Amino acid sequence: MSVLIYAENAGGKFKKSTFEAVSYARAIADQNNTGLIAISIGDVSADELNALAKYGAEKILNVSNAKLKNFVNQAYASVIAEAAKKQGADIVVLSNSFSGRGLAPRLGVKLDAGIVDGAVSLPDQSGGKFHVKKTAFSGKAFAMVELTSANKVIALTPNSYKIVETAKPAQVEDFSVETKESDFKAMLKEIVRSTDKVSLPDAEIVVSGGRGLKGPENWGMIEELADLLGAATACSKPVSDAGWRPHSEHVGQTGIAVSPNLYIAIGISGAIQHLAGISSSKVIVVINKDAEAPFFKVADYGIVGDAFEVVPKLIAAIKEHKTLA
Amino acid sequence: MKILVCISNVPDTTTKITFTDNNTQFNTNGVQFILNPYDEIALARAIELTEGTGTVTVINVGEANTEPTIRKALAIGATDAVRINAKPHDAWYVAYQIAQYIKANPFDLVLTGRESIDYNGSKVAGMLGELLDLPSVSIIKKLEVDGDKATVEREIEGGKEVLTIPFPFIAGTAESVAEPKIPNMRGIMSARTKPLTIVEPVEVKTNSEIISYETPAPRGQVKLVPADDAAKLVELLHTEARVI
Ligand SMILES: Cc1cc2nc3c(=O)[nH]c(=O)nc-3n(C[C@H](O)[C@H](O)[C@H](O)COP(=O)(O)OP(=O)(O)OC[C@H]3O[C@@H](n4cnc5c(N)ncnc54)[C@H](O)[C@@H]3O)c2cc1C
Ligand SMILES: Nc1ncnc2c1ncn2[C@@H]1O[C@H](COP(=O)(O)O)[C@@H](O)[C@H]1O
Repeated sequence: MSVLIYAENAGGKFKKSTFEAVSYARAIADQNNTGLIAISIGDVSADELNALAKYGAEKILNVSNAKLKNFVNQAYASVIAEAAKKQGADIVVLSNSFSGRGLAPRLGVKLDAGIVDGAVSLPDQSGGKFHVKKTAFSGKAFAMVELTSANKVIALTPNSYKIVETAKPAQVEDFSVETKESDFKAMLKEIVRSTDKVSLPDAEIVVSGGRGLKGPENWGMIEELADLLGAATACSKPVSDAGWRPHSEHVGQTGIAVSPNLYIAIGISGAIQHLAGISSSKVIVVINKDAEAPFFKVADYGIVGDAFEVVPKLIAAIKEHKTLA
Repeated sequence: MKILVCISNVPDTTTKITFTDNNTQFNTNGVQFILNPYDEIALARAIELTEGTGTVTVINVGEANTEPTIRKALAIGATDAVRINAKPHDAWYVAYQIAQYIKANPFDLVLTGRESIDYNGSKVAGMLGELLDLPSVSIIKKLEVDGDKATVEREIEGGKEVLTIPFPFIAGTAESVAEPKIPNMRGIMSARTKPLTIVEPVEVKTNSEIISYETPAPRGQVKLVPADDAAKLVELLHTEARVI
């Protein structure tokens, strides 16, 4: 019995969501009085691997194999499942990232495990049960899922569990596996990084624009505000449908669901489908010229005003705040 | 080319979500059900890829009440349909049933939506891949066919990956893969007579159960800041909300 965490890296670096998942997995190991083993696959430096110990991994398995340098969900799932079996781990934790969503279902099948995708809470294990809360109905609700299988797979929603430092003495071990040819049918041709900006699902602050901004040429102030705050940019569906912004920025029921600490909605009316994807944001700020816009009903802070006047003032105020801080 | 598109029957996007029986059951009273928006995209791409040269079968795990959604998919342009006659207990149950069907009736390509908008698992595609020992990509942004293989773009945080995959494989489509198609009059007429096969489910052990639901805690009253006092907002976000 132990907990295994798959520590996902992007270009050799662990992401914030990985450290959240390690902290979360540590807490589950503590609930069960058991150890936490981390597994990393790909080209990750020794220093970077050791960072996992800061969040509570006691054993760090390093799979560094030329064939496994790039992510292929089928092959990675085989490696992680094999590690779980060899190490006697009955709970496997990973981040519900884009890659995590390709891995979790395959791991669940391989390990004959029930899966909680998009977990937002620690398991409640009272009475010998295993209950985990996840988002459902695209953020309009939460569902409490009971896993009844002996093995369990939990994919944690980014930004839903705080990173906790609990340094443990840890050792890094090389872990080698036999790979099977049929796991490598999908071949990576290239990785295209759109920008070095903050990625939307991981962002702590999101600045989002709607049709109220009138056209793509007006996104300069949205980007400036986002840059100042270290935020990712997002948009409503009609904005991406019109091609003003890429589809990957569309949030809502039929887009990306986000749960940042701060969501700033500018010129967005607050349709039910939009709210679905953003309602688990911790703090919501709305800027809209229509005081009756439904978005104000779910906002924490609001400014009723013209975005073309308010946003430049907000940018100036943040610059001022930064120079004072 | 033979393509299978997995379709789910989900509450309309405008549905206000409520629960009954002490928050253990989703309240379907007055709820309109629709074809999952992402599955519409999978279907649209499948129709484009097979135009005149292949077939598109849609499959749904559901009880008789999902037939309007299946007929909608036929009206949009699917060739034929299969309904596995069972309540879709969870993604595992659904994937297992569909995998059994595919084992007996192979396809060149199996498409799902990137997720269902009710349970949002993004699980069915990966589970099918594992059950059939085939490659799977859970969320694709683009799908182009090139002889006996396809080029797909996979979404990653802050970018994308380009992959080539030989057929057969499984993929879950996001919105940029295709524009949804609207059924025309001829489609609607012909949908009534297109074949719909009903298959009985096989038995499968379940390993997860939804035991209750809750809705997000309501927020307090919004604090309005005057439009000319952006500095006040910054101060509140800094000292009160502590988010900047
Ligand atoms: C099946 C389906 C799925 C959908 N999924 C999604 C989804 O996932 N995400 C999503 O976002 N939408 C989704 N929608 C669309 C949704 O119903 C709304 O149409 C959409 O969210 C509206 O976008 P908007 O608020 O940008 O535009 P609008 O509704 O046009 O609102 C623009 C707002 O800007 C304000 N405004 C105008 N000018 C200014 C100004 N100068 N300064 C300040 N404010 C100004 C207006 O007062 C208004 O409130 C979906 C719809 C359907 C049918
Ligand atoms: N009951 C079902 N019948 C057929 N396909 C389904 C069913 N439920 C989900 N799917 C497919 O699996 C995809 C992902 O669903 P999910 O894993 O629930 O997010 C959906 O977009 C559908 O293509």
